[in-house]
Amino acid sequence: MHKEFLMGNAAIARGAIAAGLNVISGYPGTPSTEVLETTAKCNDGSLYVEWSVNEKAALELGAGAAYSGARTMVTMKQVGLNVASDPLMSLAYIGVKGGMVIMVADDPGPISSQTEQDTRKFAEFSKLPCFDPSSVQEAYDMIQKAFEYSEEYHTPVLFRPTTRVCHGYASIEVKDEDECKKNAPEGFVRDPSKWVIFPRLSFAAHGAIEKRNVCLSKVFSESGLNPVTANGGRRGIATHGISYTYTMEAVKALGVSPEIFKVGTPFPFPEEAAVEFLTANGGLEEVLCIEELDPVIERGLIFVCGKYGLKTKIIGKLTGHIPPAGENTCASVKRAVSQFMGVELTDEEKAEDVPPLPVRPPVLCAGCPHRASFFAVKQAMKGKKSVFCGDIGCYTLGNAMPLDMVDTCLCMGAGVNITQGIGRIEPDTNCFAFVGDSTFFASAITGVINAVYNQADMTLVVLDNSTTAMTGHQPHPGTGRTMMGQVVDKVSIEAVLKGIGVKTVETVDPLKLDAAVDCVKRVSAEKGVKAIIFKSPCAVLIKGKAPAVIDSGKCINCKKCINSLGCPGLVIKDGKAAIEASLCTGCGLCSQVCPVNAIGGGENAE
Amino acid sequence: MQNNILICGVGGQGIVLTSKLIAASAMAQDIPVMSAETIGMAQKGGSVFSFLRLGDGLYCPMFPEKTADLLIAFEPAEAVRMLPYLKEGGKVIVNTHPIMPVTAALKGSSYNGSEMIEYLAKKADDLKTIDGEAACKEVGSPRALNMVMLGQAVKTGVLPFGIDAVEEVMKKTVKPQFVEMNVKALRLEI
Repeated sequence: MHKEFLMGNAAIARGAIAAGLNVISGYPGTPSTEVLETTAKCNDGSLYVEWSVNEKAALELGAGAAYSGARTMVTMKQVGLNVASDPLMSLAYIGVKGGMVIMVADDPGPISSQTEQDTRKFAEFSKLPCFDPSSVQEAYDMIQKAFEYSEEYHTPVLFRPTTRVCHGYASIEVKDEDECKKNAPEGFVRDPSKWVIFPRLSFAAHGAIEKRNVCLSKVFSESGLNPVTANGGRRGIATHGISYTYTMEAVKALGVSPEIFKVGTPFPFPEEAAVEFLTANGGLEEVLCIEELDPVIERGLIFVCGKYGLKTKIIGKLTGHIPPAGENTCASVKRAVSQFMGVELTDEEKAEDVPPLPVRPPVLCAGCPHRASFFAVKQAMKGKKSVFCGDIGCYTLGNAMPLDMVDTCLCMGAGVNITQGIGRIEPDTNCFAFVGDSTFFASAITGVINAVYNQADMTLVVLDNSTTAMTGHQPHPGTGRTMMGQVVDKVSIEAVLKGIGVKTVETVDPLKLDAAVDCVKRVSAEKGVKAIIFKSPCAVLIKGKAPAVIDSGKCINCKKCINSLGCPGLVIKDGKAAIEASLCTGCGLCSQVCPVNAIGGGENAE
Repeated sequence: MQNNILICGVGGQGIVLTSKLIAASAMAQDIPVMSAETIGMAQKGGSVFSFLRLGDGLYCPMFPEKTADLLIAFEPAEAVRMLPYLKEGGKVIVNTHPIMPVTAALKGSSYNGSEMIEYLAKKADDLKTIDGEAACKEVGSPRALNMVMLGQAVKTGVLPFGIDAVEEVMKKTVKPQFVEMNVKALRLEI
């Protein structure tokens, strides 16, 4: 063993490698992305690592590898599990041979997600065992146990950290290389009675799963993963994940000593451990459940109280003692614990005379080609009845003022179908769908096929910046690079669209504003399904040109550049528009917007 | 012995590397470390922070308000935003050069950071202001701000190690061509 300073996600990757990992697949999504990236960085050539085209593909690939005896991990964020839920629900019945851990990162807040769904509930729904680590060290240790349970019980298991564990850092104990396990997969052994799902198999498997989960509840109770800290009182706190660490800090700071039950395996719920906790010291009077997302432990304890006839009062989210939505914090937990334990909390006085602080909502970067694409479509559609359906990625930020170009956003790949639905009700509307290149491959292609087949009237706008930018620049089928370091043939978006039967597909550089506006006017006027590919690399990935320069002699101070583009590279200094040189990439868009040609430099300087 | 350190600023200022170097310097002295920072969508032009904790008996990488021993702020308004985390008598180092957000530019705001510095001067007992722009010019690189701030942070004496320890770790972390510039920034006399 030795010490290393690791991010939670890196610890999960390293733990999986220490457990003998053979194959890892996934789709990028905050806060899960760094698990697969770390694995790729640590790959000595013995692992197979891939970014799959989406979570469903990743999980199915992982299943095949696990059928063949490989230790397999599949990574995604919580909404990714919705995409992968079809294979997941069936795989629960089929089971696996090699250990298979499905790493699903939840995002209380939510900080960068569409939903606050709780994967612990998905575990219950799919009947799969679930592990919930509370710290970086525990994540490293627990993922290794998760592989062991998975292999021992021939079932995929869910491993569910949350953002603060995924993105927290700590100096932790990790195994030396010679302490790591190695797994040699046996290979796929043909057995249709085992690997082919049929109603008869599912009936038998269902019964076996229910029996196994009763057994696992007992095993988990004795596993040390659900520890009860006895302090001798009649009041208890049940908690999990990062909230456990907030609780421990609060208990220490307040000098109180409740009984503490930390639930590391929320499903199957460790009933026996719960009974031990609830009946301590002649029976607890009251238990506060401190959880994020859904009240899973709270309902579990209420169920146990009913089943075993216990009189303990259970409070938490369901009784309004813990907020129903959003993240817990050190402060919110300390407040809840102090109230529960009857300790006075010295009121934090609020500072009153704070000057108004500038708000910093996330915006498209300076030089981002998406800004130019949105602006071109906005110019071209001025005065025309239009709807702009957005999608998931950096370009969701096209909703911000002054662009204001995102009318809908739902989930990965939804925009292309939503715009068809709006068009069916309002046929006189110019229906647009914006989709990024990575999202196009992940889940928009079927939507385009739907549009072509059903004779929709719409314009697909592919914002192709040749990367998966939002999650930190992962490669995808259009980039020609894989996580194994190969350079391969790129999958062409244009060829895919043509193959589907989209007759007009035009590719244009959005930073050439006039040509881009013309293209949008011309293409959108056609009937049927047509596509524009705005192709320009992500501004973060290319070396910027010299920053733009404003000629103060020519500038009439109309601020049109600022008010139409909202670029972070354009600021106001001494009441006049100015270039923030540390941010400006010299993309040249503002110089094409300026009515008096006062902005030079950048691209025009060359 | 525990230290709570809060580093804050705006995405792109080099806060994450600063946090990593403090952590690595502490680890080189066998001091346990935990940290947490903003990642992802919120980074794009948004407020960025890094909580850093050094010492024994830590459970959680974050800490509550009024418990930071040291606030290292790369931007004046971000210093004010995070000031509630400072404990009574805690120290503040702030870069006086403001970064204007797009929303402020759109509203025609005249934000220039000066009222933030005035507020900090009133509220913080131990405040050190750094003209980051001037310091970077002196070092000769606009990218030197994080090392300038880190060097000044070490000078407060709050951190359980000296500038030599940081320099050693930095040399192992950054690309060789940046070492000289970073040494100059770390050791800049202000």
